[in-house]
Amino acid sequence: MLGLGADRLRADMNRLLAFLFHQGVLDEQFLQLQQLQDESSPNFVSEVVNIYFHESEKLLRNLRGLVLEREFSDYKRMGIHLNQLIGSSSSIGAKRLTNICVAFRAASDQNNPTACLRALELLEHDYCYLKNKLHEFFQIEQQRVMAAGVRYPIQN
Amino acid sequence: MTMVEVRRNLGGENGNFPLGMRVLAVDDDPTCLKLLDVTTTSQAKTALKMLRENKNRFDLVISDVHMPDMDGFKLLELVGLEMDLPVIMLSANSDTKLVMKGITHGACDYLVKPVRVEELRNIWQHVLRRKKFDLISPTTDETCQGNGQSGKESEPTDNEDKNGKVNRKRKEEEEEEEEEEEDEENGEEIEDPATQKKPRVVWSIELHGKFVAAVNQLVLKVKAVPKRILDLMNVEGISRENVASHLQKYRLYLKRISSMESLQESMAFQTLSARGTLPISGLSSYQTSGMLGRLNSPSGIGLRNLSSSVLIQPSHTQDLSNSIANIGKLQPVVSPANQNASLFHGIPAQLELNQLQQSKRTSDLFDSGCDPTIFTSANSLVDNTVPVGSLSSSLPSASSNPLFLQENPQQTLSGGVFGNQNSFKVTSLNSEPFNTGISGSNFLSNGRCNENWQSTIQVSKFPSNNPSSLSGTFSHDRLLPNGMRTNNSSSGLRIQSSPLVFSSTSTISAPLGDLREIRCQAGFVGDVQSVNQATNEKWGEHKTDYTQNSNHIFNTLNSMVPPNGDVGQLSQILDQHNGVCNGKIDPSLVSQSNRSPSPLVQLSEIEKSATELKTRSNEDYQSGQMKSQGDLVHNSYDSLDDLMNEMISRV
Repeated sequence: MLGLGADRLRADMNRLLAFLFHQGVLDEQFLQLQQLQDESSPNFVSEVVNIYFHESEKLLRNLRGLVLEREFSDYKRMGIHLNQLIGSSSSIGAKRLTNICVAFRAASDQNNPTACLRALELLEHDYCYLKNKLHEFFQIEQQRVMAAGVRYPIQN
Repeated sequence: MTMVEVRRNLGGENGNFPLGMRVLAVDDDPTCLKLLDVTTTSQAKTALKMLRENKNRFDLVISDVHMPDMDGFKLLELVGLEMDLPVIMLSANSDTKLVMKGITHGACDYLVKPVRVEELRNIWQHVLRRKKFDLISPTTDETCQGNGQSGKESEPTDNEDKNGKVNRKRKEEEEEEEEEEEDEENGEEIEDPATQKKPRVVWSIELHGKFVAAVNQLVLKVKAVPKRILDLMNVEGISRENVASHLQKYRLYLKRISSMESLQESMAFQTLSARGTLPISGLSSYQTSGMLGRLNSPSGIGLRNLSSSVLIQPSHTQDLSNSIANIGKLQPVVSPANQNASLFHGIPAQLELNQLQQSKRTSDLFDSGCDPTIFTSANSLVDNTVPVGSLSSSLPSASSNPLFLQENPQQTLSGGVFGNQNSFKVTSLNSEPFNTGISGSNFLSNGRCNENWQSTIQVSKFPSNNPSSLSGTFSHDRLLPNGMRTNNSSSGLRIQSSPLVFSSTSTISAPLGDLREIRCQAGFVGDVQSVNQATNEKWGEHKTDYTQNSNHIFNTLNSMVPPNGDVGQLSQILDQHNGVCNGKIDPSLVSQSNRSPSPLVQLSEIEKSATELKTRSNEDYQSGQMKSQGDLVHNSYDSLDDLMNEMISRV
């Protein structure tokens, strides 16, 4: 039963991934990330994603501060932050986030504060969504690993 | 920023890097660093410190472009100069300007985030290539200070293609084979077999300072030869080869500086002449300097301008150097009479362009014009992987083009020109993007005779086309003659712009208008150089558009041609182009009576080319020829883009 549980959990994982792919939230770069995971680095994906979340939250906080700064919006700094966000988001395969960031960067290049604010809100919303989904994914992954580790007792 | 340091000296098992390859990655984004799975740091200064600590510790450096403490390009320069390691740039931004900047600063490659694993797997080739150079020039045992270094570093995204030529053996030890063409072409020190391993020379700041002092001294008196530099420096432990390779890099660096500062001609000239004395076999710079010399004699073109454009060339690929050499060979401009040869028989467009540029340079005396062409040809070579082919055949066509340009100003000729479809064909095929500069010069030189015009007309004959049949298709073009008569200058421009027009007509409607504006603003009547400046910006913008469009069109054409040489489809496309052209030509004719003819010319060119192609397609035009035409168009288009790019960058 437990063995089947591992398979079911793996199926759940794949289903979740397929769903995220279908939505356009993730792209094949995420698969490449998964390929880098092996016995020598079993938690590679979750490590990378956690680093990503950590850094992105910092960047998002900075961006929010810059966008809400009505007086003199520092678009240049915004652009720098966005560049980094684009780089890291695309590196882990967060396609939708990357696209929003690109649009955000375009808005900031045009010095358009309303568009920037709108993009920021969309970005934050999508980021929360992605974070939740990926947390869910890793939870299933953990369960699956635990379930797969369970051995059937030898029956005499 | 936190500093992350992960030691993965044996990255080979992961598949990203070969065994034992030590890579240092510098990026302020920890996510990317983690992905790369190598020794990493997030601060450029830290990276430099690590590199300086132990010169032999790393084989390759991967650096992000945007970093908080130091510009990625600056780091690239420093690493290249000091440690002589291959550097690969990385960025989320795929802007071509940045990529170009990476090339000029000497990057081996420019990767765009997200970085694919396969791309990483190919990186080892950079290290390997340098090591192979080491075999040839016995200076280092690990990293290569080979002469071809500059040539290698020039390719940002074309590296994949070039890498294919590299020996794929994954060995960190020295390779015995010397099969690389780069080795031969770039091997400045090939004469010395790799017999000994010398300790790697690190060009510290002091050493580099001595080097620069020695070079400056020598440049003033005699040519800066590595041997003399070595003697002047009077430092132990470095060989002539070390100095030679360092000198090469230094010159590249100077060129880049000078081109960025709107070319300090004297320095460039010195550099150029000095470089010309080096026995650099395969370097395009050498060839360009040779070409430069040749150019100077016939046309008296300003050396400065040429040198500036030439300077840019050495960073280009081998093909470029070959093409440049070819251009140089074509230097002696053939008289119009010679142009009657079947120019277009299977002539790669690139060659024609190059030659056209060559001939243009020789025939036209203008500074700005020369540079773009040279650069353009170089650029087109870089962009186009089509090998430089029958130069001889293209030369006549090339030389004919400038004549065309010159002749265009003549109003009386315009009518005759239009009547002669051959001339159109030639121009359309050979039209250089270069036109803006050239046309400007043409205008200025009203002394050009009708003779050239007529001769060019004769010359421009597509091999497969029947002139008689062609005449029928130029119904549209008749409009132009009328319009042309109002504008002397426009006629000249017409011919040139055909390829550009051709490629862009189908997809670009607005850009044409902009192009017109650009040309008008260029004020051909005025100073060509100033015109270039004004137009460069716009050219740059349109260039990208055009490139995309032309590429699209080109692909379309090519796809049309191969399958059974389906002329019908091609004619359809051409018809569309014609439609677009015709629509544009009329308004342009009307509105541009007072403006520079270039836009008008372009439109007419487009139209002509479109109609010509259409005509041809209707006839029994062999697919191969179509392809060559497409190639010509494509190539000319690329060169136009290149020209534009060059003009912009130079401005």
